[in-house]
Amino acid sequence: MDPLFLQHTSDGILTGAIIALGAIGVTLSMTILRFANFGHSELVTFGAYIALVFVSFSGIGAQPIDPFSIGWPFFAAIAAAGVGTALLALATDWLIFRRLRRSNAARLTFIFASFGAALILRNLIMLGFGASPEYYSRELTMAILIPPGIRVMPDQILVLGLTLVLVVALWAFLTFTRAGLAMRAVAESPTLSSVSGIDVNSVTRWTWILSGGLAAMAGVFFGLTVQLRPEMGFNLLLPLFAAAILGGAGSVFGAVVGGLIVGLAENLSVIWISPGYKMAIPFLLMLVLLYLRPHGLFGRGER
Amino acid sequence: MTAYLIFFFTVVGIYAIAVIGLNLQWGFTGLFNAGVVGFLAIGGYTFAILTGPPRADFFGGFSMPFMVGIAGAIIASMFGALLLGLATLKLREDYLAITTFGIAITIQLAALNSDWLTGGNLGLHGIPRPLQDLFESNAAYGVFYLGLVAVTLGIVYWGVEAIVRSPWGRVLKAIREDEVAAQSLGKNVLRYRLEALMLGAGLMGLSGALYVGFIAYISPFDFMPIVTFQIWTMLILGGSGNNRGAILGALVVWAIWSGSGALVANMLPPVWQARGGALQSVLIGLLLVLTLLYRPRGLIGEETTISRHVTGTTGAGLTKKKETKA
Repeated sequence: MDPLFLQHTSDGILTGAIIALGAIGVTLSMTILRFANFGHSELVTFGAYIALVFVSFSGIGAQPIDPFSIGWPFFAAIAAAGVGTALLALATDWLIFRRLRRSNAARLTFIFASFGAALILRNLIMLGFGASPEYYSRELTMAILIPPGIRVMPDQILVLGLTLVLVVALWAFLTFTRAGLAMRAVAESPTLSSVSGIDVNSVTRWTWILSGGLAAMAGVFFGLTVQLRPEMGFNLLLPLFAAAILGGAGSVFGAVVGGLIVGLAENLSVIWISPGYKMAIPFLLMLVLLYLRPHGLFGRGER
Repeated sequence: MTAYLIFFFTVVGIYAIAVIGLNLQWGFTGLFNAGVVGFLAIGGYTFAILTGPPRADFFGGFSMPFMVGIAGAIIASMFGALLLGLATLKLREDYLAITTFGIAITIQLAALNSDWLTGGNLGLHGIPRPLQDLFESNAAYGVFYLGLVAVTLGIVYWGVEAIVRSPWGRVLKAIREDEVAAQSLGKNVLRYRLEALMLGAGLMGLSGALYVGFIAYISPFDFMPIVTFQIWTMLILGGSGNNRGAILGALVVWAIWSGSGALVANMLPPVWQARGGALQSVLIGLLLVLTLLYRPRGLIGEETTISRHVTGTTGAGLTKKKETKA
């Protein structure tokens, strides 16, 4: 097979894994919170920058672990980013969305508000860090050569492994814990669940915590393998939504598959068309799917 | 100062036309268009390509008359809305938000990358301004263009007011309030929504064309996502569902935007200028969120409509439950 094709495929899987992490949060909020949260992208950005702050404080003296570009403190930074972003997600809910729920606002009002929140958050990052790109580490690492000629960075393999662990952990959480069961029940039917004594408020909190935490992971992984910029999340927004919709809103498995499809499509597209259009690919893919299969690949018919 | 005021009100007028277009979609029909700037761009580029001077080796530059450019801009935007609407209007309402958002990004990418059509990131220059030869000074022309925008805005306002008060407009509101009820009365919901989406998009295209005719230049950087946020904030703050609110919102938000911009330019040292722009955006975001939370009806909300056959106090009960919409 053409090595260029294989190289783009391997890059596509990595991008796809990161998109999948973000798309899970989008799909959770679409089904449990019942609105498309356009602020989700900024949770991605905040996660990445929280880890950056943590790394720049603790980075001194931290030797990178061969062959990776980062040292042990980085794992603490990942944890800090997850916790910090989950708290931020809860804060936006408490400040904005909780009030809208209380006043029984229409679903589209939530979307409006999420756009406003995104605008504020994104520009706060811009205010604090400026527009120039940042990196977790300036350490140079050697690419690993996989025959017949695919180059993969050690950091990319690490990210892929961590993503796999996270997705399995999430699946276990949703399948085996009470909170996970409650989340699935509310996604199915909020009215029936509240009648059956499920605490919908607690489910809402869990949803924000999970989607915030996963968004932060997506941000940190993107920052590690690409770079950090204030608009990194905003640029990921369309791929995230495309992945969530491709997979069928509400399906975690679908979001992961959707993420991989979007990542692959984005990266493989540059073989045939100008890379300038790369960002439009997820959207075009989504539009085609909406024509053909409005409920996504794995979704059920809910309108 | 007078020159600046003329410039200021011209921009407000151009924005106001787009805000009225959004009002038709969101305020009266409940369609969430997250890609307002995309339709402005379609209008602007169509206008520029139709009326601009010829460019060697490139498509476009047909040097057509101003009015042809305007008509082309409106038709092109409406056509874009038709394609988009057919794909998404049948789906859950947030899908329209996501796809319109996507279309705006895609259009900006296309504008940035299609050098043969749009001039790429350099944009298109030297687009003729209508009747410029008749005026000796730039100042006099500024007054003329302000008049042109004002008259257009007046026609748009009057036309949209007439439309929303017509039977067609009443169906729009009926669909917004209760889709199922409207459907059960035999109204083709999809068709009305599509028409409202297209009509609103046409006004956005008109606004984009007027903007390009005003600055005689177009580039992808005139159509950044922030424009969509500005136009929304104008509508939400002014009061969605009310065309006078739409115009008022355009005035207030543009005053806040350009006022804060001037403040940033004068107060902050040059190295902080870029971050000052971020401060302006934070302000717009805050304005949007705070309005949604504390004054969902906006400065002047929608007038409550009661049938003229209902008289006296019995009609009071019909006016409630309007406030829940943003």
